[in-house]
Amino acid sequence: MTTTQTRTDAAHSSGNGLENAYAHGRLGRRVPWLVLGATMLLSIVAFALLAAAGSTDGFNIVGAIMVGALGYGVVIFITSLLVEGMRQAKDRLVTALVTTAFIIALLPLISLLYTVVVNGLPRFDVEFFTWSMRSVVGEGGGAVHAIVGTLLMTLTAAVISVPIGLMTSIYLVEYSRGGPLSRAINFFVDVMTGIPSIVAGLFAYAVFALIFGPGIRLGIAGAIALAVLMIPVVVRSSEDMLKLVPNELREASYALGVPKWLTVLKIVLPTAMAGITTGVMLAIARVIGESAPLLVAAGFTANLNYDLFDGRMQSLPLFVYNSYIAQGTDAQAYLDRAWAGALTLILIVMALNLLARLIAKIFSPKKGR
Amino acid sequence: MTSAPARPARITAKKRLGDRLFSGGATTAGALILAMLAAVASFLVLQGVPAVTADPRDMSILAGHENFWTYVWPLIFGTLWSAALALLMAVPLSIGIALFISHYAPRRIAQGLGYIIDLLAAVPSVVFGLWGANTLAPAVQPFYTWLNDNLGWFPLFSGQVSGTGRTILTASIVLAVMVLPIITALCREIFMQTPVLHEEAALALGATRWEMIRMTVLPFGRSGIISATMLGLGRALGETMAVAMVLSSAGVVTFQVLTSTNPSTIAANIALSFPEAYGLNVNVLIATGLMLFAITLVVNSIARWVVNRRKEFSGAN
Repeated sequence: MTTTQTRTDAAHSSGNGLENAYAHGRLGRRVPWLVLGATMLLSIVAFALLAAAGSTDGFNIVGAIMVGALGYGVVIFITSLLVEGMRQAKDRLVTALVTTAFIIALLPLISLLYTVVVNGLPRFDVEFFTWSMRSVVGEGGGAVHAIVGTLLMTLTAAVISVPIGLMTSIYLVEYSRGGPLSRAINFFVDVMTGIPSIVAGLFAYAVFALIFGPGIRLGIAGAIALAVLMIPVVVRSSEDMLKLVPNELREASYALGVPKWLTVLKIVLPTAMAGITTGVMLAIARVIGESAPLLVAAGFTANLNYDLFDGRMQSLPLFVYNSYIAQGTDAQAYLDRAWAGALTLILIVMALNLLARLIAKIFSPKKGR
Repeated sequence: MTSAPARPARITAKKRLGDRLFSGGATTAGALILAMLAAVASFLVLQGVPAVTADPRDMSILAGHENFWTYVWPLIFGTLWSAALALLMAVPLSIGIALFISHYAPRRIAQGLGYIIDLLAAVPSVVFGLWGANTLAPAVQPFYTWLNDNLGWFPLFSGQVSGTGRTILTASIVLAVMVLPIITALCREIFMQTPVLHEEAALALGATRWEMIRMTVLPFGRSGIISATMLGLGRALGETMAVAMVLSSAGVVTFQVLTSTNPSTIAANIALSFPEAYGLNVNVLIATGLMLFAITLVVNSIARWVVNRRKEFSGAN
């Protein structure tokens, strides 16, 4: 009460005697930004002094920003509490916290991309894409066997899972009438989405070990493990896309006497094609980075192998893992190759993601009529 | 009811060959998925059973353990403990980010910010492992030493601090970063579905933005937050490579998070032991995989149940 009293007194005693009822008792628009600038500056100066004094090795930019953000939260809370009262102070504190949460999430992303690019570039050369690791010890060598293996296994997985996934979603959207089979499929597709990737690998291994005996590692087993992971993703995304196709289109087609299967094939699928393609590309992007199932089902090797049905097959994620876990005589060479492999992998996944979004944007059916 | 006028006879479409083939194919594909899942479960059980029934002395991997269960218990503990730690960090952060994108950021850039967070989901787990072991672990090690020196009386931070930083806390941080985009994406969707009239009513009554969020957005999104958390938990439980590369494990049961003797997780243990496993040891690892499958199945089922229950009650759809 007393603070309100003094504030009104101050307002009355100021120049023109008129007060703005809306701006009264609020912080000015610029005040939060000024507070932010001041706390950040203080924090950066403090950390620069620490670095200059030698108590930290190098300037800790992450620490400076974090301490600055923390300081901003405290200062703006107290300022707002004194001027605006508790409710506004809480609001400003939460705004600061929520923004900080977003910045904290950016830190690992920036750090990760930066480290991968910086460490990956030294070996991101022609040799890396033309050599395999056959009888390479120490420096040199490349990942062509891993890239070939990844492409072959992922493509095979896509060839297996896209028809099954697409037909299942067609069943769910066009043919099922909410019977027990469709309810079971719906439930178990959700269950499949949650299968840990390594369990999918164990499954593929168990199947092939029963047929060919224990210790078997095949490229096709890896592809099947990836397909198990990919099918539910394809089913869910294509189901969503098929549901978006307006019913009027189907009815117009039936009214013209077109049979159901031709309606699905010529009307529904072309309309939903852009979305389905996007979903498939995102599913591929998801499984191309999987390493655990391939470690179990396809094993690793240093040799180039084009045959899915004969012997072990290397893949890019496993190449990275193996170079890191089993560092040979020249450890730095192995680490460099691991980082270069990681850079290649990230580039492939990002390219697939971008391409998927581009397809969705360009080829999606035009709205309006 | 009986007096209802007789319905005209249903006109059934002519069954063409193409129709029969197409609908048959679609049904087969659906049934194939069920068969596949049944195959996954039965093959794993088939290969896992010998690990429990056979004499433990026949399996070198069980050396130092009485039976299969004393071997798998520390692994189950490690799996749950690391996932719990990861969620403890990821959930509050994700809710904050989701609120920032849905209610705080300027509308024009909000979607772009969402894409940036989604980028994290696109990074393969093996790259997270490499980054966690080579960049994150050395970076947080001094902080761990500080925690141990100053808060060492707190049971979690007690013990001999690790010199490399490759502890279960680091593994949990990496896991948290990996599940963050999943939880954020789901929470964001839910928060954006809050009825605008509720929000505007709260604001019109003079609520500040935070009061509006506490009164309308959070109660509306509560079950969504729970199910997003469970889905994130399912992902964290099954994550393999990042944990295998970051954690230096010793197969113990301990709550200390800063030492170099950490419990391993089921998935990481399979990845590290499988390449050298032979004979019955393979069956032991498959049996642990079956345990992991069962745990994630329970977690995911609870999540789906919460989501479906919300669908029935919510007036939003």
